[in-house]
Amino acid sequence: MGFSMLTINNIEVVYDKVILVLKGVSLNVAKGTITTLLGANGAGKTTTLKAISGVLRTERGEVTKGSIQLGDRRIDGMRPFDVTYLGIAQVFEGRRVFEHLTTEENLIAGGHVLREKGTVREGIERVYAYFPRLKERRNQQSGYLSGGEQQMLAIGRALMSRPTVMLLDEPSLGLAPMLVEEIFGIVHKLVADEKLSVLLVEQNAAMALEVAEHGYVMENGRIVLEGSAASLRENSDIREFYLGLNEVGSRKSYRDVKHYKRRKRWLS
Amino acid sequence: MMIDELSFAFSLVVSGLSIGLMYSLIALGFVLVYKATDAINFAQGEFVMLAGFVAAGVAAVEGMPILAAIIAAVAVMVLFSFALERVVLRPLLGRPIVAVIMATIGLGAILRGLPPLTVGGQTQSLSLPIGDEPFVIGPAVLPPIQVVGVIVSLLFLGAFTWFFLKSRMGVAMRAVADNQQVAMAMGINVQRYFALAWAMAGIVSALGGVIWGSMLGVDTHLALVGLKVFPVVILGGLDSIVGAVIGGLIVGVVESIAAGYLDPFVGGGTKDFAPYVLMIVMLMFKPYGLFGQRRIERV
Ligand SMILES: Nc1ncnc2c1ncn2[C@@H]1O[C@H](COP(=O)(O)OP(=O)(O)OP(=O)(O)O)[C@@H](O)[C@H]1O
Ligand SMILES: [Mg+2]
Repeated sequence: MGFSMLTINNIEVVYDKVILVLKGVSLNVAKGTITTLLGANGAGKTTTLKAISGVLRTERGEVTKGSIQLGDRRIDGMRPFDVTYLGIAQVFEGRRVFEHLTTEENLIAGGHVLREKGTVREGIERVYAYFPRLKERRNQQSGYLSGGEQQMLAIGRALMSRPTVMLLDEPSLGLAPMLVEEIFGIVHKLVADEKLSVLLVEQNAAMALEVAEHGYVMENGRIVLEGSAASLRENSDIREFYLGLNEVGSRKSYRDVKHYKRRKRWLS
Repeated sequence: MMIDELSFAFSLVVSGLSIGLMYSLIALGFVLVYKATDAINFAQGEFVMLAGFVAAGVAAVEGMPILAAIIAAVAVMVLFSFALERVVLRPLLGRPIVAVIMATIGLGAILRGLPPLTVGGQTQSLSLPIGDEPFVIGPAVLPPIQVVGVIVSLLFLGAFTWFFLKSRMGVAMRAVADNQQVAMAMGINVQRYFALAWAMAGIVSALGGVIWGSMLGVDTHLALVGLKVFPVVILGGLDSIVGAVIGGLIVGVVESIAAGYLDPFVGGGTKDFAPYVLMIVMLMFKPYGLFGQRRIERV
C-alpha cells in the first residue's frame, strides 16, 4: 500500500459520555486511491467519518482514545472548520444540500475556505465540467433538484474546498443503478484527475468493491475484515453476506441470506 | 370635498410608508438573527430603547457632535449584542427554543427597568441637526426626520439585502441558517456568523433608536415602538427578508390609516393596537406569513 494520506489509529468514540460506538477502529486511506468501508446499518461507519471531519462534536460525540492523522498531522479533536481548511471534505449521508440555496450558491458555500473570489469561480466551472447537469440547474433552488442531482451537488460542493481527502457517505443511497454507476464513474475520474484520496462508505458492496482498491468491513464498532478489493470480492463471507452470491456465483434467495445471517455473524 | 378626502388618504399612506420602512429595517435585524441562529429576540424593542438612551446621553454632553452620539449608539449596541450572544445565548444552544425566548424576555424587562434606576424616568430629547423644513410630496407633508428615516432605511435595507443575497459571506450566513452542521463541514465558522447576525441586529437597533428617539423623545416608550417588529415579522414571515420589508410597509400603512380614520372617534391609541389585530388575523389564516419558508418536503 502506498503513502497513507489518512490514518486512523485505534480510535474509540463515545456519544453523550456513555454510549460507546467505535471500539478501537484502525484504518488507512492510501494516497490517490479509493478505500471503502463496508458494514451493516448501525455498524458505526458514519460515526467514523464524523470523527474524522470533526462534526462529531456537534452531536456530543467524542474521540476518547486513539488518534486520527492527515499525513503526519494529528487532527482528532480539531474543530470541523479547521479540518476543512486542512483539506478534508465530507459528503454527508442523505446529501444534505443547503436546500434553500440555489445550486450555484451551494457551490459558493462549499468554496468558503478559498481566499480569492477568482478561485471560487474557477472551482465552480471545474465542478460544472464534471457534472454538466448541475450547470443546467445552476439557478434552481437545490431543495427541488432530483435525488441524483442533489448527490452530484453534494459531491461538487465538497470538491469546492479543493480537498486532498474526500469522505463519501453512501452516495448510492436511494438512487437508480444507472445513476449510481454514473456517479461512481465520476468519483473514479476525480481520484485520477485531482489526486484525491477517498474514503467511501457504502452498503452497496458490489459497486464499492468495483471502484475501490482497498476495503474494510465494520461490524458493531469494530473492523472485522480488511483486504484489497480483489481479495474481498473473492472472500466467501463477503460474497454471501454482502453480495448475496453463493459459491457458484449465482444470486442466493433472500431466505438463504436471512438464514445465513442468523447462523453466523462476523464476530461470534 | 372628494379631492380633500383623497389627499388625506394619500398623505396617510405616504406617512405610513415612511414609518413602515423604519419598521422594515428593525425587522430585518430580527429576521437575520432568527434565520441564522434560530433565536427569537423578544428584547428587540428594548434594544431600540437602549440605543436611544445611549445616543441621548452622549449627545447631552457639552460640545459633543451628534455624529459621536450616533457612533456611540451603534458601537454600544454591537458590543451589547455580541455580549448577549456570547454570555447568555450560547450556553442555551441546543436547549428548547423556549429557554432563549424566556432569556430575551427577561433581558427586555431588565433593560426597561434600567433607565428609571439610572437616568430617571423623564423623557430625554435627542435632536438631529436637520432643521424643521417639512418635505412636501404632492398633498403629503413629511417632517424632515421621517425623510432621514426613509433615506437611512433604504440605504441599509439595500446594503443588507446585497450582503445577504450576493456576497460570499451572505451566502455562508444563509448556509448556516439552512444547516449548521453541514455549514461547519464546509469550513464555515458558525459561531462567527452567529455573532455577525447579532451585530447586524445591533446596528439596526441603534439606527432605530436614534431616529425614533429624535422623533418621539427618548424614554421607555421607545421599547414599544421597537416591539412593532412582531406584527411585522408575523405578517412577512419570521425568516424572510422580503417579508420583513413588505411587512414593515404594511404595518406602517395600516397603523397610519387606522390612526387617521379611527382616532377621531375613539380618542387615539389606534396606532398601537391595529398592527396587533392584523397580526392575530394573519396567524389564523397564514401562520408562516406572506413569505415565510416551510420546509421543503421532497428529498
Ligand atoms: N448522535 C448520536 N448519539 C448517540 N448515538 C448515536 C449518535 N449517532 C449515532 N449513534 C449510534 O451509533 C451507532 C452507529 O451509528 P452510525 O450512524 O455510525 O452507523 P452507520 O454504520 O453509519 O449506519 P447506517 O448504515 O445505517 O448509516 C448506532 O447504534 C447509532 O444509534
Ligand atoms: Mg451511516
